[in-house]
Amino acid sequence: MSAAVSQKYGPPFKTNWWVRAGWTLAFLYALYAANYLDVSWVRFIQGLGNGGQFLSEMVPIDFSRWKLLVENLIETIEIAIIASAFGVFFSLPIGLLAARNLMPSWVTWVFRTFIALCRSFHPVIFAILFVKAVGFGPLAGILTLIFASIGFIGKLFAEAIEEISLKPIEALRASGAPFISVILYGVLPQVLNRFIGFSSYQFDANLRNSTMVGIVGAGGIGGTLFAAFQRFDYDFLATILISIIALVMVSEFISVQIKKVFQ
Amino acid sequence: MSSASNHTWNRFTLAQRLARFTVFLGFAVALSASLRTVEVIPEFLYDAPTQVIDLLGRMWPLDLSYYPGGIHDAMVETLHIATLGTLLAIVLAVPVGIMGANNIVRLPLLNWLAKLILVSSRSVNSLVWALLFVAIFGPGPLAGTVCIGFRSVGFVGKLFAEALEEVNPGPVEALTAAGAPWPSVFLKGYWPQVVPAFWAIFLFRWDINVRESAVIGLVGAGGVGMVLDTALNLFYWDRVSVILLSIFTVVVLAELLVTKIRKHII
Repeated sequence: MSAAVSQKYGPPFKTNWWVRAGWTLAFLYALYAANYLDVSWVRFIQGLGNGGQFLSEMVPIDFSRWKLLVENLIETIEIAIIASAFGVFFSLPIGLLAARNLMPSWVTWVFRTFIALCRSFHPVIFAILFVKAVGFGPLAGILTLIFASIGFIGKLFAEAIEEISLKPIEALRASGAPFISVILYGVLPQVLNRFIGFSSYQFDANLRNSTMVGIVGAGGIGGTLFAAFQRFDYDFLATILISIIALVMVSEFISVQIKKVFQ
Repeated sequence: MSSASNHTWNRFTLAQRLARFTVFLGFAVALSASLRTVEVIPEFLYDAPTQVIDLLGRMWPLDLSYYPGGIHDAMVETLHIATLGTLLAIVLAVPVGIMGANNIVRLPLLNWLAKLILVSSRSVNSLVWALLFVAIFGPGPLAGTVCIGFRSVGFVGKLFAEALEEVNPGPVEALTAAGAPWPSVFLKGYWPQVVPAFWAIFLFRWDINVRESAVIGLVGAGGVGMVLDTALNLFYWDRVSVILLSIFTVVVLAELLVTKIRKHII
């Protein structure tokens, strides 16, 4: 019976040779790339030994310098708050000017390029350039994260505006409302919820990134983290890492609560 | 009749308005407190335009002759780190994603453990992961590849777990009822439904990883970042500008490629 069925219809799950070839190619590529990068099993095993030692030096974690830690964490939070506020503030008009359904194409082209430029470089590269431009310290970090925020929320905001319903806008225009009123009463009410969602997400991202910009001297806890690495101060390093993870988790919890308020 | 005309309509209840007001107030207080206490020297900000013009002057003209000898190999290495790191992330993320999907693994403790792994991977920045693995494996692309892999697990695993949770249970139940062993249920019931999402996640993460692998070299984890670090330390700004330009080109090309493939397969 079963043999007759399979003769008539073939096997129930047909072999897809293209997929198999794809996986084989991926596997071969992985071998080739590992060889090219000099990634070998021996080095990996050696590294595991180092890793074990590294972890054993991390415990017990060192809380004796909590004053320095708290000071740095506060600076990190301040950088994230200021950068998010200004980033959102600048992204509002930039996102609006980049929306293709409201603006003429020569305007959107300019602002879309600007947004793409902000997005295409990693924040660390901006941080390096700003450290050169405004010196060491939190100001460089704030400027870096403002640009990173514009690149991210500017794009999302432009996309959100492009998806709105044009009917209320047509109605406002037909009744002779000036441009500002069209934006305030036609566009903003349709996108405010999503915009607050993007902003709180960007605040989380800025908080995570502000732990990193310090590595190149742009203020925040990253500088202390990097110093702890270079002095092989691994127990203090573990303290810093744990407090960063805790900080990010707390901030994610707060953003979920804020999003609930605005739903 | 008169009561109906006197009634004022409110979009939000009092509690909603209070909650919104509290959020805005809290935000305003936090912002003003930060602006007052952060240690910013205003003179540095006024000086910035001069410094930027000076910087651009040093970056121009571009030292394009540096690309073939100094940058090209490092750039190829960067692309290999990004791709191999993303493959490593997938290998690590599939088990963690399965563990985190609460319709497959029905033990809340394991779900929670998977969430913890994913959150830790995402909260630690790629540069910090790079520092960790440089300390473990020594400087070089091995540290970079493992760093990209560990950093991406959080992202890939979270999205993969969400895709698995949204799977239509029909085919899975049919296979279970027919007595299929668990690997077959996964491969023929779950997998075909999440394949498009899986490839979309892979491409999306690869695109991000190209950007990230270009900078992790700043702390010694291989790729074009190491060349950038050397040029910065020696104040060869005309080389720095060529490196930045080549990173920009590669990132834009990667994004175009990803957009094209996505349109093709999804």
